[in-house]
Amino acid sequence: MAGAGGGGNDVQWCFSQVKGAIDDDVAEADIISTVEFNHSGELLATGDKGGRVVIFQQELESKNQPQCRGEYNVYSTFQSHEPEFDYLKSLEIEEKINKIRWLPQKNAAQFLLSTNDKTIKLWKISERDKRPEGYNLKEEDGRYRDPTTVTTLRVPVFQPMDLMVEASPRRVFANAHTYHINSISVNSDCETYLSADDLRINLWNLEITDRSFNIVDIKPANMEELTEVITAAEFHPNQCNTFVYSSSKGTIRLCDMRASALCDQHSKLFEEPEDPSNRSFFSEIISSISDVKFSHSGRYMMTRDYLSVKIWDLNMESRPVETYQVHEYLRSKLCSLYENDCIFDKFECCWNGNDSVVMTGSYNNFFRMFDRGYRQDVTLEASRESSKPRSVLKPRKVCTGGKRKKDEISVDSLDFNKKILHTAWHPQDNIIAVATTNNLYIFQDKL
Amino acid sequence: MDVSAEAKRIMAVSISKLYASRAQRGGMRLHRSLLLSVVMRSARDLYHSACLAKERAAHLVPVTLEEDAMDTTASREQVEVEVSQVEPEPESPLTPTIQEPMSSDYEAAQGACKTRTFSGKETVEDKENRSPVSPDRHSRKRRGKASVAPDFLPSKRARLSLELGEERVLRTGRRNCCRAGDAFTTLSLNSNRAIAAF
Repeated sequence: MAGAGGGGNDVQWCFSQVKGAIDDDVAEADIISTVEFNHSGELLATGDKGGRVVIFQQELESKNQPQCRGEYNVYSTFQSHEPEFDYLKSLEIEEKINKIRWLPQKNAAQFLLSTNDKTIKLWKISERDKRPEGYNLKEEDGRYRDPTTVTTLRVPVFQPMDLMVEASPRRVFANAHTYHINSISVNSDCETYLSADDLRINLWNLEITDRSFNIVDIKPANMEELTEVITAAEFHPNQCNTFVYSSSKGTIRLCDMRASALCDQHSKLFEEPEDPSNRSFFSEIISSISDVKFSHSGRYMMTRDYLSVKIWDLNMESRPVETYQVHEYLRSKLCSLYENDCIFDKFECCWNGNDSVVMTGSYNNFFRMFDRGYRQDVTLEASRESSKPRSVLKPRKVCTGGKRKKDEISVDSLDFNKKILHTAWHPQDNIIAVATTNNLYIFQDKL
Repeated sequence: MDVSAEAKRIMAVSISKLYASRAQRGGMRLHRSLLLSVVMRSARDLYHSACLAKERAAHLVPVTLEEDAMDTTASREQVEVEVSQVEPEPESPLTPTIQEPMSSDYEAAQGACKTRTFSGKETVEDKENRSPVSPDRHSRKRRGKASVAPDFLPSKRARLSLELGEERVLRTGRRNCCRAGDAFTTLSLNSNRAIAAF
């Protein structure tokens, strides 16, 4: 019954941990705005509205309990972005972290890119577990000794110390975006990355901060003719020349940087014809794509619009190969959702490690998983009520009409303030991180 | 009727959201503003066609309609003054203090379907109240007693002829254009301007 875990239709998801305040009164700065596992899955980073980044590290599996996976504990916390003020435009620049992307690990240190609306920063997270001791001219506390008291010489040696994790900003990529940055994506060449705002996409070299190349520009000469904006962009996982960007009109464009310096002409345009029977005032809003993610294989890509998740084969532009309805019961409620602003919510989506299952969030702290192979889907809930250690999550069901069965919840009872916008899946294991408003839930499959 | 009321409500909601987004921390979001203006335009189009259907149903004479439409256009600025005399629509969230061209036009739009009753007065007021809209656009006071500054007259006429020109262009293909359509056209132009502000 609790299917959709990948690798089988009998995966059961269990609660593992929850991070964050229990307090119902949520401080705005604590609202989680992005979640991302690193490439090994050992580290899990979250960004929040207050501009902070918190990194959790998975503990090594205990020898006593080989069946249990290690827990995630806080590894490093740092203030990535501060609020700024644009004096020319008289606008405040929010410190909210829009996206975090990890760089592939090359040495002992870890690197990640974090971005707010205007500025991208490269952070180095390194460990220090030794410190030099035995200086000749300095005391242990750092005070300088009187040189006349030095009678012997010794060679300072490294002594072990308590582990200290340091985060330092190594690069700041600023002043390249007029509009609000919505995406960053590291290229598979590990040398460049792209950043996308509403109208432009820029290509950066990770080493060079004072220059970026504009590769997509959809700004019309007359802004009154604007019909669509860029909503997300991502590099292909294997082909360093290929990237995609999605639009507010529900289209995805694939571009090849070998074709020209400015990729305004797409190589492929992915668009599904609109179903005329579903036309309403809000058709355009709900067709706007909020997230686009390549599969790990690079063969497919997934898009999330307001009501559905679509899987596209890169070889077929005319329509998606799979469509999954996330919460179709909301289609009749679009007007209310427009009034309470929920229709503008930007849900993200993610693949599991072997691309067999996809996951996305919904309202009432529900999140959905779709098993592509077994054609199963499941709705689970991230709540404090079902957060006993290793307790199995019970599948949830929304009653769309007629008699409400036991354990079902009716559409009108859904709490639209409790939304899951950000989810992440461990790259190798069945461990998922699900962000509610200000809490991070970690679930794993039952071993 | 329900459709047009719904459309009007959606327009009101859209306008208030657009206005509220100006005060948002981090500045106006282009994506959101675009979506809001798209919805507003769809609602406007639907309201326009609903109004048109209503007008047709009421068997209005085409000639009279055009005259009145011209009058309305000429005295759109006066309409917003007149609207202040009209009982405001319950669903309208707009207040007199909103400094937004869109809102004043929307109020004009709300009153547009009622301007017929004011047509006689407007023609009279038209001659008296030649002061320009821009500085007094948001003034809710009747300008009947206000002094007429002669240097404003030329720009006023130019503005009117420009607007009339626009109406003619936009009216192509539409017969018996609903008076509401004039105001709503301006509304859509202004929603474009909201995007152009970026």
